[in-house]
Amino acid sequence: MTVKYTEDHEWVKVDGDTATVGITKYAAEQLGDVVFVELPEQGRSSNKGEEMAVVESVKAASDVYAPVSGIVREANETLEGAPETVNKDPEGEGWFVTLLMSDPSELDGLMDEDAYKKFCEGL
Amino acid sequence: MAEQDTHLLETPLHALHEQLGAKMVGFAGYSMPIQFEGVKAEHLWTREHCGLFDVSHMGPCFLTITGGPRDDAQAHIEVAKLIEQLVPSDIQGLKPGQARLTVLLNEDGGILDDLIITRPRQPHQQGMLYIVVNGAMKHQDWELIRKSVGPHAELTRADDHILVALQGPDAEAVVTGHFPQAAELGFMECIRLEKGDLSCLVSRCGYTGEDGFELLIPSDGVAFVTELLADERVKPIGLGARDSLRLEAGLCLYGHDLDPEKTPVEASLTWVIQKNRREAADFPGATKILDQIANGPRIKRVGIQPLDRAPAREGTPIMYDDVQVGEITSGGFGPSVDAPVAMGYVEVGHAKIGTELTLMVRGKPRAAKVAKLPFVPHNYKR
Repeated sequence: MTVKYTEDHEWVKVDGDTATVGITKYAAEQLGDVVFVELPEQGRSSNKGEEMAVVESVKAASDVYAPVSGIVREANETLEGAPETVNKDPEGEGWFVTLLMSDPSELDGLMDEDAYKKFCEGL
Repeated sequence: MAEQDTHLLETPLHALHEQLGAKMVGFAGYSMPIQFEGVKAEHLWTREHCGLFDVSHMGPCFLTITGGPRDDAQAHIEVAKLIEQLVPSDIQGLKPGQARLTVLLNEDGGILDDLIITRPRQPHQQGMLYIVVNGAMKHQDWELIRKSVGPHAELTRADDHILVALQGPDAEAVVTGHFPQAAELGFMECIRLEKGDLSCLVSRCGYTGEDGFELLIPSDGVAFVTELLADERVKPIGLGARDSLRLEAGLCLYGHDLDPEKTPVEASLTWVIQKNRREAADFPGATKILDQIANGPRIKRVGIQPLDRAPAREGTPIMYDDVQVGEITSGGFGPSVDAPVAMGYVEVGHAKIGTELTLMVRGKPRAAKVAKLPFVPHNYKR
């Protein structure tokens, strides 16, 4: 499975026409203790780069952007009762949504793991 | 702010923060630690043990009567009268070593800052006041005070000093380990004590709702702070947890919960205006403020408890029946309450504890209730 990354620290795991989206370990560490996640409703469509979800730490609210355009298939209900999952397993159990991609070619513009690693080192 | 945004000042503890792995941010013109190990852990540590906060960015100063302090209670009255021209609290009536929270007011009764004024304890120091104002407001406040007192008193800055707060149930044991005499202090009392060559002002007060102390230490006292931090009960705490702790304690943050548009009555701080000042009606904005005390203000600061898990941040509209009746001025997550907590201003008709309201969080209505402040009980040493 391909995993791609954005400069806003979202990850995208691709399986056919479906993309699972979350925030990276780096982002989760920067945010600190996540206390609330506002997820989009099923069926909502977002364009690449649009605000898709909000993640709240003790101190502040941060937007999460759609890394690719698509329609929300599923939102991770676990995060409603256990938002700390985002800190515990950001790139696994702490996923945010799955998207039915409307333009998979958008993935080409995102970073692979090595490129993202270098990007973070430069911050 | 008077400082340049591009150039951040550093407190005497700056190198220590970096050594401790702090994440630094610009705050009130200073480079300050926002967090060390994490906001939630630091918050909970303070409630259970003892947190050490660097608040050296704040505005400690001394106001001294012309001719210098002297062993004469009349000297206190003289200097107190000067500052009472700007604040509505009874400063003349402070006992030696007593501190009081008050507010600087403009002519409309609006709050220009909140501050703590202390009368020195030693007999030979009468005619002097120890004043601590907010860091972001200090230059403005000092100018206002200097202008107001004119040639009758002199304001001396002490913001080159180290100012640290030790807060939490273990603070007394930690502080009395260095200053045994601090044990005799009650809440809002102050004493000057020596630690080796360091002459420190030790005040029993704070901004967390916990028992604790604030220490004004000469700037060459970094080693003493390092010593305080070496105690296993003490951890350094950043601005992030300072904010969540004071919010749970229902304490105001100037520029957010208080501003020049709000009077002390609207801010639910009527208690800072003692009876003799109300009777004298001799403070800025007295007509408006006394009218609000007699007839009630239009709006009032209250605690707001969101009823689901979504924090409501500053600026969130507060609605009743689709009509906006107020706005959140401080909001976030309270780690000790383990729920979102907030404060805001609402029209007085909706200010009763238990009133059900709606918060518009990013356009989405969310249920909330007017809550009693503080969200966690104060643990002051009375």
